[in-house]
Amino acid sequence: MQWDIVIGLEIHVQLATRTKIFSGSSTAYGAEPNTQANAVDLAMPGTLPVPNEQAFRYAVMFGLAVNAEIERRSVFERKNYFYPDLPKGYQTTQLARPIVGPGYVDIELGNGESKRVRIHHAHLEEDAGKSLHEAIHDSMGHGMTGVDLNRAGTPLIEVVTEPDMNNAEEAVAFAKKLHGIVTSLGICDGDMSQGSMRFDVNISLKPRGSDTLGTRTETKNLNSFRFMEQAIAHEVERQMDILEDGGTITQETRLYNGDRDESRSMRTKEEANDYRYFPCPDLLPVVLDDAFIEEARNSLPELPDTRKARFMDQYGLNDYDAGLLAGDSKLAALFEETVLHGKDAKLSANWILGEFSARLNADEKSVAQAPVDGKQLGNLVARIADNTISSAGAKKVFEALWAGDNGDVDAIIDAKGLKQVSDTGELEKMVDEVLSGMPDQVAQYQNEEDPKKRKKMLGGFMGPLMKASKGQGNPKLFNEILARKLDG
Amino acid sequence: MTISRKDIEKVAVLARIQVDDEQVSALEKDLGNILDLVDQLSAADTESVEPLAHPLDAVQRLRPDEVTETDQRAAFQAIAPATENGLYLAPRVIE
Repeated sequence: MQWDIVIGLEIHVQLATRTKIFSGSSTAYGAEPNTQANAVDLAMPGTLPVPNEQAFRYAVMFGLAVNAEIERRSVFERKNYFYPDLPKGYQTTQLARPIVGPGYVDIELGNGESKRVRIHHAHLEEDAGKSLHEAIHDSMGHGMTGVDLNRAGTPLIEVVTEPDMNNAEEAVAFAKKLHGIVTSLGICDGDMSQGSMRFDVNISLKPRGSDTLGTRTETKNLNSFRFMEQAIAHEVERQMDILEDGGTITQETRLYNGDRDESRSMRTKEEANDYRYFPCPDLLPVVLDDAFIEEARNSLPELPDTRKARFMDQYGLNDYDAGLLAGDSKLAALFEETVLHGKDAKLSANWILGEFSARLNADEKSVAQAPVDGKQLGNLVARIADNTISSAGAKKVFEALWAGDNGDVDAIIDAKGLKQVSDTGELEKMVDEVLSGMPDQVAQYQNEEDPKKRKKMLGGFMGPLMKASKGQGNPKLFNEILARKLDG
Repeated sequence: MTISRKDIEKVAVLARIQVDDEQVSALEKDLGNILDLVDQLSAADTESVEPLAHPLDAVQRLRPDEVTETDQRAAFQAIAPATENGLYLAPRVIE
């Protein structure tokens, strides 16, 4: 049977506020355990939450960026469950009146088409702490769970989409688009390895063309685009196997292990928690006035779609390159810095999307962690553009920059002797010398009538020429001179 | 409205409270009375009344995003039942 895949996403986005949503504790990542967990975060008796204005501003900015209605009167509710990393015994969240109402995001697909993914809503809530289950024992040797509450109370927005995606490509495209939006807005650092964005994927299958949705499963806490893609492929296959064998899908929450490409059931619907939501008596309704929302609207920076259009217009980039560069705010900033110093926009784009991105991936680094900055890349591009170095030489300079021995492009070119000889008189002399030493090859070339073969044979002279010039002759000029002398 | 033994047992599990059979019978009566009271409230016509999120007719004050708290881990962990390497310890939970 042919199946339709139906995918909806829930995305937890950690907001880049300095402090927690309900207390003045720092949210800085990587602190010693529990040094950023105060009396409110620990749920000490008698403490009361005071909401962080910036979290609301960020949520409103997000809502405006995804074309959503903003709820002016936000109410918080308690979602009750027991877990060691949730000291209060409930998560303060929103249910009936989330701050961001229905909106949408348009995604671009590989075939050049675009698709609209609707957002059901997005709500503000607090993150839980972290539980560590490994190698902790009490004095009796019983296994214990260690709890770090530094993350407890970090503001999140949970974005819930409609089930508008039909394959892994669309889901990943949406996830990347959302990542580009929140990082461009500056409301999230986007660092997925640190859990700043976490994805839950709801998947169901239905017979092709059917109007009735199948039973869905939810795969939780995917923290990379690659794992998300793999987890979807894995879950679709698992459900298809069950359905084709005449089985039924159990509505359940599953955990995916990306390192092993395995998933297991976490809890089924029957075991699902009854969260007993009710309005939080510790918090009054938060009312946002028009001035607050307009201020947020005026502070919206350039978003990926607008930036892409500008890159195509201002720098003459093609649709594909512009989309890649504009989609990530840090990459976009690096590109503009590179062009500022390197002038040649197309060459800058090629280097960033080529060599630079390849090295980032190979070293598993983010743009911010890259050892090469836009000014260095720009200087490198400028030296390629003005023929000071060949592209092979440029790769050597890039490697040196990446290794960080010396930050100055021109100094590296000098130190490594990579400067191309572009003096035509000097090059011409070398060509004459090399040709006079290869009379047989010259005769063979001149007797060949097929222009394709001639072109290929021209390459045979390049090796000796590069040798004669100690690798520093400008290959483009060598080619021109060769063609002129041999054909003329 | 009535509440069944099964409801009471379920709520007890959710609240992590242990109740024995005798207590369940007593709770059945007490909670039943409370729910009857709620039923009386439900009988009121609230057609044109905006749902109330909080009994106070006030609006939440917000706080600027500035760090105001310092590290007081030592003081908090002095009263914790068990800690190790800065972590609070709890009986092991396995997902």
